[in-house]
Amino acid sequence: MYLTKEEEKALDGEFGEAIEKAMQILVALGEVYGADRLIKITSAHISGVSYKTIGDAGLQFLRDMARLGARVCVKTTLNPCGMDAVDWRSLGIVDEEFARNQKAIIESYKQMGVETTLTCTPYYLSNKPDFGDHIAWAESSAVVYANSVIGARTNREGAPSALAAAIVGKTPRYGYHLEENRKATEKIIVNADLEDPADFGALGIYVARLGVKVPYFILKGKAVNLRIYAKYLGAALAAEGSIAMMHIEEFTPEWDKYEHEFLDKIVIDKKDLKEIYEEKSCDAEEELVALGCPHLSKEELKALLNYKPKKPTWISIGLDMYEKNRDLVRTLEKIGYIVAKGTCFIVSPIENAFHITATNSGKASRYLPSFCKQCVILRRTDELLVSCDENTSKSNL
Amino acid sequence: MKIRARAISKGVGEGPLLISDKPISFLGDVDPRTGIIINKENPLYGKKITGKVLAFPCGVGSTVGSYVMYQMRKNGTAPAAIINESAETIIIVGAIISNIPLVDSVRITELKGFKYAVVNAYEGWIEVT
Repeated sequence: MYLTKEEEKALDGEFGEAIEKAMQILVALGEVYGADRLIKITSAHISGVSYKTIGDAGLQFLRDMARLGARVCVKTTLNPCGMDAVDWRSLGIVDEEFARNQKAIIESYKQMGVETTLTCTPYYLSNKPDFGDHIAWAESSAVVYANSVIGARTNREGAPSALAAAIVGKTPRYGYHLEENRKATEKIIVNADLEDPADFGALGIYVARLGVKVPYFILKGKAVNLRIYAKYLGAALAAEGSIAMMHIEEFTPEWDKYEHEFLDKIVIDKKDLKEIYEEKSCDAEEELVALGCPHLSKEELKALLNYKPKKPTWISIGLDMYEKNRDLVRTLEKIGYIVAKGTCFIVSPIENAFHITATNSGKASRYLPSFCKQCVILRRTDELLVSCDENTSKSNL
Repeated sequence: MKIRARAISKGVGEGPLLISDKPISFLGDVDPRTGIIINKENPLYGKKITGKVLAFPCGVGSTVGSYVMYQMRKNGTAPAAIINESAETIIIVGAIISNIPLVDSVRITELKGFKYAVVNAYEGWIEVT
C-alpha cells in the first residue's frame, strides 16, 4: 500500500503513540484487504459503546487510548449505550456498577472528541454525509443506510477500525469505496405489499438468508413510507447477512448507475414473508413491546401520538433526538410509552427484567434471542399498539 | 522447518506451539483472566495459551474479541504470537492493539506434529521444530 511521507511519519510514531496505533490498524487492514492507499474521510461513526457488549476489556482499551491523548480529527458520532443516558435508573435494568462503568466508557469517548450522540441513526440529526462522501462508519444498519439511501461510501467498520479512521481522518481504499464493488449482484423482485416496518424487516431477513451480496430490489407491491422504512430493510439485511449495500429501483440514488439487466432474478412473494413471521412467533404473551430498532425519526415519534401502548412499550431514540425534541418526548411519556434515550433493547441488558419481547423490527428479532435471551415475536406495529382513532390507517404510522 | 508467512502485526515471538483446527472467538472461547481455552468444542479446551504460539485458521465471532486480546495483554495472559491461515479484522486489530506478533498465509495442517515455533512478524517467516 502506498503511503505519503506524512503517513509514513505517523506510522513511525512521530505524532505520538495513539496515532501510531491507529495508523498500524489502518495499514494492516488495508494490506490484508488489498487497498492501494488511504483516502480522506468526512466523518466517522463508532460502535462499541455499551458496557454490556464491550465489558471491562473495551473500557480498559478506550481509557488507555484517551490517556494516550487520542483525538478524533473528523466529525465523529457514537452508537447507543447500555442504559438510559438521561437517567440510568429509569428503565430499571442496570445497577450502580454498570452505570459507573458505562459512564466511564462515554467519558473516554468524550475525551477523544467524539460527539456522544448515542444513536444508531446518526444520519437524522448529527452526522449527515453527502452523496459520494467517503466515510468510516461502524454500526451495520447505519452502514447500509449511508451506502444505499445516502450514496456515501463506507465499509462495514468495527469499533476499533472506525475509531482508528477517526483519529487519522483516513481509511484504506478498498471494498465499498470503489465503484466496482457497489454494483448490484442479484435482482430481487418483491411481489408483496410492504406496509409496516415489520414487513420490510421480514423481507430483509428472507433475502439475507439467500446469501446475496448487493441486492437490487424491484418493489412491485405497495412500499408504504419507503423513505423512512428503508432503514428497517437495510438493518435486517445487515444483521442477518453481513450486507453493506442495497439498491431499490427508482429510490436509492445509485439504482440506475450500474448495469443490472442481466443479473440473476429471485422472486419473493407474500408466503415467503409469512414464513419469517411464523418462525419469529414465540408461543407466549409478550412482556415487552420494543419499537425503535434502528432508532426512531421525528416523524415516526409523531406518528406514535396516534396510538397508545397496551403492554409496557419501549421506544428507543438517540440522545441527540431527545435533546432536540424534549416536549414531544414528554408528551409520548404522558401517553404511557417508555422512552429509552441513547440506548435500545438490544445493547441494554433487558434480560434482567423481561423474557418475551414483541417488536416490529427484523433486526431486533434477529438479535433479541441471542444477545438478550428473549423469546421473540415479530409483528406489525398496529398489532402491538392500540389505535386512538378508528380512522388511523396503517399508512399513518 | 522454516515457512514463509505474511507479516501483519509486527514483532517477534516464540514458544510452545498450540494448534487448533477450528476458528477461535476470543470473546467466549478464552478466559482473559487465566489465558485458558474454555470452549469445550475447541480441540485446545483446557489448555493455557499464555506465552504460547497459537495457530488457528482465523478469528470468528464478536468484534469485542479484539478488546479481549488487549485485556489479556494487560493481564499478562496473552499468547506470545499468533499464526493464522487467513487473518480477518478481529484478530488483526486485536493483535495490533495488544502488540501480539501476527502472521498469516500459513496452512495450519502443515504445522501438525511440531512442538515449538518461532514467529518473525517483521520479516514474515515462522520456524517450527
